[in-house]
Amino acid sequence: MTTENQSDIPETGPGGEGPLHGVLAEYETPGELIEAAKAVRDAGYTKWDCHSPFPVHGLDPAMGIRPTVLPLLVFAAGIAGLGGSILLVWWMNAHNWPWIVAGMPAFSLPANIPILFESTILLAGITAFFGVWALNRLPKLWNPLFKSDRFLKATDNGFFISIEAADPQFERDKAETLLKDAGATAVEAIHLDPDPTRWQIPRPILAFIVITAILGLVPFAFIAKARVTHGDQPRIHVFPDMDFQVKADTQQRLVIDDSPVFRDGQVTRPPVEGTVPRGQLRQDDHFYRGLEGDEWATTFPAQLDIDTSTMDRGHEQYNVYCAPCHGEDGLGGGPIHERALEIQSPEWLMPTSIHDQNVTRQPHGQLYNTISHGIRTMPGYRAQIDEEDRWAIVLYLRALQRSQKALPDDVPPEERAQIR
Amino acid sequence: MSSASEAKHPAQEFNQITETVADVIERPKPPKAWYVAFGIALAMLGLLAVSVYHLLTTGVGVWGNNNAIAWAWPITNFVFWVGIGHAGTLISAILFLMRQSWRTSINRSAEAMTIFAVMCAGLFPILHTGRPWMAYWMIPHPNEMLMWPQFRSPLMWDVFAVTTYATVSMLFWYLGMVPDLATVRDRAKSKVRQIVYGILALGWNGSARQWHRYERGYLLLAALATPLVLSVHSVVSFDFAVSKIPGWHTTIFPPYFVAGAIFSGFAMVLTLMVPARWLFGLKDIIKESHIDVMCKITLATGLMVGFSYGAEIFIAWYSGNLFEQYAFLNRAVGPMAWGFWIMVTCNVLLPNLFWFKKFRTNPFLIVGVCLFVNVGMWFERFVIIMTSLSRPWIPAAWADFTPTFWDAATLIGSFGLFFTLFLLFIRFAPMVAMAEYKATLPAAHAGHQKG
Repeated sequence: MTTENQSDIPETGPGGEGPLHGVLAEYETPGELIEAAKAVRDAGYTKWDCHSPFPVHGLDPAMGIRPTVLPLLVFAAGIAGLGGSILLVWWMNAHNWPWIVAGMPAFSLPANIPILFESTILLAGITAFFGVWALNRLPKLWNPLFKSDRFLKATDNGFFISIEAADPQFERDKAETLLKDAGATAVEAIHLDPDPTRWQIPRPILAFIVITAILGLVPFAFIAKARVTHGDQPRIHVFPDMDFQVKADTQQRLVIDDSPVFRDGQVTRPPVEGTVPRGQLRQDDHFYRGLEGDEWATTFPAQLDIDTSTMDRGHEQYNVYCAPCHGEDGLGGGPIHERALEIQSPEWLMPTSIHDQNVTRQPHGQLYNTISHGIRTMPGYRAQIDEEDRWAIVLYLRALQRSQKALPDDVPPEERAQIR
Repeated sequence: MSSASEAKHPAQEFNQITETVADVIERPKPPKAWYVAFGIALAMLGLLAVSVYHLLTTGVGVWGNNNAIAWAWPITNFVFWVGIGHAGTLISAILFLMRQSWRTSINRSAEAMTIFAVMCAGLFPILHTGRPWMAYWMIPHPNEMLMWPQFRSPLMWDVFAVTTYATVSMLFWYLGMVPDLATVRDRAKSKVRQIVYGILALGWNGSARQWHRYERGYLLLAALATPLVLSVHSVVSFDFAVSKIPGWHTTIFPPYFVAGAIFSGFAMVLTLMVPARWLFGLKDIIKESHIDVMCKITLATGLMVGFSYGAEIFIAWYSGNLFEQYAFLNRAVGPMAWGFWIMVTCNVLLPNLFWFKKFRTNPFLIVGVCLFVNVGMWFERFVIIMTSLSRPWIPAAWADFTPTFWDAATLIGSFGLFFTLFLLFIRFAPMVAMAEYKATLPAAHAGHQKG
């Protein structure tokens, strides 16, 4: 860059022999800048601008700058943020997945005001920021004015007016005279670079930006692919969370050093001594099911003591559970039967007499089974009467049956005299 | 302000501001104190890195949080840091709308403080989630779980408020900085600085047409940031006020929190700015009158906070609610009463020293009082969270809290992050809004004649 252009109106700009971009004039104070701007505007120029290190108040009307549309854009963005967030909240919490919290309506404005407010501000704020740059056509890192060393002062303490050669009524001499007459301390011509390719972004930089942008998409492409395809490799666990835990699988041998747990390494543990496995508790067929091999048991099980107390117990239980139908004498005429006759119940069948040959012939085991599971219209009593009591009833039944077919020999000799 | 410009040419005056501010980032070496401070800050940042690593590889159990006091220190720190940020936005947006031109000397650094404080704040709830890599679940997005956020939860409001606040603050900060970055670009001697600041300045050339839109945009952002800053700490207070816990469920919380936030934020601005103006020779720009005004605001907001404490206690008594009364009695005389009295001393009593001019002019006294205010404001959040959570409705659920080493390490570490970023900002970015500052000088106005 040349430095000798401190004097007035140099013939060639600091950029050398390239085409003329425009002229640049410097002023000392904001007041002078405003006056000069009025003059340039009155002269009818359209492609020109002022440059100052801070916004000079009063310059906008002097230059005839019309109000920017930015506030309208920001307002529209705010409305879009508000409307968009109402839709968002309604759709997500009330429509797509109605989410009931504490019995409140799925959608109501008051509960959502903070979200709506913040969304409005967010969208409006982002629009205000990017709107400024979009309307200002920035970022644009390259500007012909930057070729002038004098122009460095535009961000420090210098006040400038630039008129572009592209202006329809631009004539270099006239423009320079106008600016000088308006009080410029210096006027210089700004030339473009002689090489037209340098007016644009250099190709390598452009290529770099484009390639970087494309490469930046590659990870996203891989992610997108991974989401829709299957692979034979296990998934990548960036954060393992609880995916991997120290644990023992069934039938595995696992020895953890110094751990008192499972010193023998056997993961499937044997049951504690004396444990009865499920389903193996009632294996005595004779006692629990009244069977001896595949046949009904004809004897009483060993668990049952055949004595007077068992007989008394059987008597008591018979009178409680069996006598209501079968009768205390076992003939089948219990109180329920009597009642059925009294009301002439059409469905009632007389209970079987336990003295019937079909019953007396049955082995002990079959009687036990009948008490347990019932027969024909008689229900089972296994839920009410435990095994021992059922056997006691069978014992009492046998005595009752015998009582109806007793022979004189059955009566003890000292009591035989009372017969007849 | 006019006395300085009497003998000088306007151009000299403008240039002097550029020189003074740019010198901070252009001098070959910062002052020794900067290196010392930066070293300490980096060490604390290292502590943060170790704490976070330990937390992530072990789990939130490394903190003292328990079943009753689930929020404990992390949320205390979050509310503390978010509050710090508020002064920055207040200075840059609200005082801008009120045309308080003295704000131009401190608004840039206060905004930077806001952004760094919000970063520190954001750290804690994210870490507090336990699995921070799932934090994106808080952002509404289509997902394979077919789940949407619960928008009626105050915690969700928090996510929206704090992210919006962080975003808008950053945009506001950068928008304001572009013309100054252009100044630094135009003064840059080395190629690296020219390129880096050149890109950051976006090609700004001070065009009047661009200034026009820029000023509009700046005004709009200020107008948007003003209700935003008031909403952020209100929303943070909803985390407490909307829940039905004694000591939390009160309508005074939003204004009380906002006042407290501005109070703590101004204390932090003073803590940072008083040493910085002395260290970097900015005494002509950040004037004593500016410090004085900030001390007065700190006093005013401190009185508001004190009034809120009083109002809270009065309402607890006046409500006739046994649980509410117990909550406040427990604060003042319970097992954590020491926290309550530290809070009262630092936030209510000590700021009253700013009634005296001596305390508003002596830098050591200013920083001293402000450090106490910062401590007190941390304890305010500590008291609110700890006392209420440790004494819920059912006495069987009562619990006490013991902080762990990692609780303290993470808090100290967050200060490391804050100071590291702030010291880097001072060294590499224009810490005073030069363009704005120049525009407030008498010489910037058209009627002003050459000196």
